[in-house]
Amino acid sequence: MNNYETVFILTPVLSDAQMKEAVEKFKKLLTDEGAEIVNEEDWGLRKLAYPIDKKTTGFYTFLEFNADPTVIDKLEVNFRRDERVVRFLTVKQDKFALEYAQKRRNKGGRKQETAATSESAKPKKAESAGKEKELKEKED
Amino acid sequence: MAKQTEIRYLTPLSVDVKKKKYCRFKKNGIKYIDYKDPEFLKKFLNEQGKILPRRITGTSLKFQRRIAQAVKRARHIALLPYVTDLMK
Repeated sequence: MNNYETVFILTPVLSDAQMKEAVEKFKKLLTDEGAEIVNEEDWGLRKLAYPIDKKTTGFYTFLEFNADPTVIDKLEVNFRRDERVVRFLTVKQDKFALEYAQKRRNKGGRKQETAATSESAKPKKAESAGKEKELKEKED
Repeated sequence: MAKQTEIRYLTPLSVDVKKKKYCRFKKNGIKYIDYKDPEFLKKFLNEQGKILPRRITGTSLKFQRRIAQAVKRARHIALLPYVTDLMK
């Protein structure tokens, strides 16, 4: 099992319901193949940096999942066959990407945690310093 | 009165205060460059959307390769243009 992330663009011609249906189709395909979807982001209708198939906008969807390498082939074949998909990109996450993705997922919660740990770390240091002083005094 | 030993120049000495370039990724401890963030990647592109060389940005070779990879991915999914004019 590897960690992958994929971004795909659906044509702007679709209605919201159709768009969601297409996303569900690919999610179902992944879960049926034994993949575990970790994260899903809907970026909505975005302007493309350049026209693709004479269209200037598209629905972006971002998925993160754990899967076997064979699943990727099947997924990409389905992307190619589906006319609603304008563009797709699947990337295997290396260790740095994984770290980044985790940070991205829990952006709000993480900051509080780090603040709490730094606070709890300070008094410990002070205590240990105090103990060292005591030891020195005893030696004297 | 002591003799003046101070050396005088006709033109003031031009002392080049060159700012040393550094790799911002190494300095800030950034390990991963995200292709999904076009605004960040734009810092490494010129107005035509071309990737700036290392000698201008000061990026280390390792991260220049990663920038290039990220920019190319971003271009593929239409977050960045392949060619353009006046991007900024």
